[in-house]
Amino acid sequence: MGFFIEVLVGGLMAGVLYSLVALGFVLIFKASGVFNFAQGAMVLFAALSFVRLLDILKDTFAPMLLSLAITIAIMIVLAIAIERLVLRPLVNQPGISLFMATLGIAYFLDGFGQAIWGSDIYTLDVGIPKDPVLLFESVFEGGVLLSTEDMVAALVAGVLVAVLALFFQRTRIGRALRAVADDHQAAQSVGIPLNYIWVIVWTVAGLVALVAGIIWGSKLGVQFSLSLIALKALPVLILGGFESVLGAIVGGLIIGAGEKLSEVYLGPYIGGGIENWFAYVLALFFLLFRPQGLFGEKHIDRV
Amino acid sequence: MTAVRSLGEPILSMDSISLSFGGVKALTDISLHVRKHEILAIIGPNGAGKSSLLNVINGVYHPSSGSVTYKGATRSQMRPHEAASQGIARTFQNIALFKGMTVLDNIMTGRTLKMHAGFFWQCIYVGKARDEEIRHRRKVEEIIDFLQIESIRKTPVGRLPYGLQKRVELGRALAAEPELLLLDEPMAGMNIEEKEDMSRFILDINDEFGTTIVLIEHDMGVVMDLSDRVVVLDYGRKIGDGTPDEIRGNQEVIDAYLGVAH
Ligand SMILES: Nc1ncnc2c1ncn2[C@@H]1O[C@H](COP(=O)(O)OP(=O)(O)O)[C@@H](O)[C@H]1O
Ligand SMILES: [Mg+2]
Repeated sequence: MGFFIEVLVGGLMAGVLYSLVALGFVLIFKASGVFNFAQGAMVLFAALSFVRLLDILKDTFAPMLLSLAITIAIMIVLAIAIERLVLRPLVNQPGISLFMATLGIAYFLDGFGQAIWGSDIYTLDVGIPKDPVLLFESVFEGGVLLSTEDMVAALVAGVLVAVLALFFQRTRIGRALRAVADDHQAAQSVGIPLNYIWVIVWTVAGLVALVAGIIWGSKLGVQFSLSLIALKALPVLILGGFESVLGAIVGGLIIGAGEKLSEVYLGPYIGGGIENWFAYVLALFFLLFRPQGLFGEKHIDRV
Repeated sequence: MTAVRSLGEPILSMDSISLSFGGVKALTDISLHVRKHEILAIIGPNGAGKSSLLNVINGVYHPSSGSVTYKGATRSQMRPHEAASQGIARTFQNIALFKGMTVLDNIMTGRTLKMHAGFFWQCIYVGKARDEEIRHRRKVEEIIDFLQIESIRKTPVGRLPYGLQKRVELGRALAAEPELLLLDEPMAGMNIEEKEDMSRFILDINDEFGTTIVLIEHDMGVVMDLSDRVVVLDYGRKIGDGTPDEIRGNQEVIDAYLGVAH
């Protein structure tokens, strides 16, 4: 039992990160109808900027805070630049054009990031203790061994999601974001400037990418493969529904837990490596039987 | 008839507005005035260009030629959120509410331009942002009272019947405290009782707040009762402009409605 819980919790922790990346996708998709292929590249770019700034600023009084502040500023500038140079000129163009444009952004960010920050693997140490802790010794035989790093990561991600949820529910800008997600035309007619909302959404997506990048980067090192996290977010979105924030979170958790559990419990029978394809097969089943995802709404075309 | 009410200067003038979509001429050389505090009805057969006219006024469509003068400033085009910030609010022919949000939240979005707390304060939701939220909430509750929709305050609008959705959309427009209110078929698809309620709201808004109203409506009874002036469109051209009585006797208008060959 203790072991099962260890595997489950380990999976959920990985799932939290998938959720974060998927959340970035959902925010942008809802607000601008754009499928942002560059979300993964944003994770890499944010993490690279952060880790390199940390190195440059290591002799200052607060390297961590300074690097964080500057990286946040970079992500805001990036959001503004994307709105000005890519979204605004393409407004009212078909979704596929915008999607292609985000492909361009992804390649640009990957290349540009490595050009200015270098393309080595950088270790990122943000001071989270790495030792595992033993919990529930009195409850289960042998207790449950959990990594502190994972728990901190899950906590940070959880707090971020809670803060975002509050922000969306309680504030004028949050309400404006939801309004834009529902109906562009009506949102503009009540005086919500779309351009401004897009900048905010891309900024928020950039911050989410930064958090995911820092957490993941401190686990695996900051390297090109971070950019591929986006590929894991895809099945999460299919599971959760492209337009559902809750779906992104739950979908990420299910896939995280599912892949670890199947690896450990099914691996011995059908061979290892399930972890690598579990998410995609699950997504395929969803596409067949519930294409709108867990929380998506079923659309029926008017004829 | 409400014609005794004295009407002011033009608040909005359109000068030779034309608009086309590909080969379709939606509006051809339209000029008209909207006077302060009046209720102006726009009528005409389907496809006449009525909605397009409203869309030009609040900047959803940009005319291919002509200009619009609003409150003394002449522009060849405007963007919707600029129109909103200049005191123009509207409803849409096909209800455009935020379906996932509650009635209260929908009407709150109407206050967008009246709220100023900065991004930072909103993030931490203290002090100014919180006071502001509460103050505007009070105003929104007044509108909810006015429109008699207290019982559905917390209902997501997607679940409401059509007639009530129209009312909520009016509430959202009212929340902006507009000077000029554009209503695109506010009573379409309503039963008689709902139409009477809506008519009363429109008259009250005009009376109590002095709001200038431009409305598109098909029900001639309603148009004759509500409006100070009527503009008639047909195939994108203006074929009539006058008091309801004048319009009733206009031969060209009668022909357009009876479908006489052009
Ligand atoms: N966005 C649009 N794209 C193409 N054609 C349009 C558009 N909006 C209106 N039209 C056309 O313009 C004409 C006038 O339409 P509209 O203003 O909606 O008329 P009404 O509201 O009087 O029924 C119609 O022929 C309609 O098909
Ligand atoms: Mg119309």
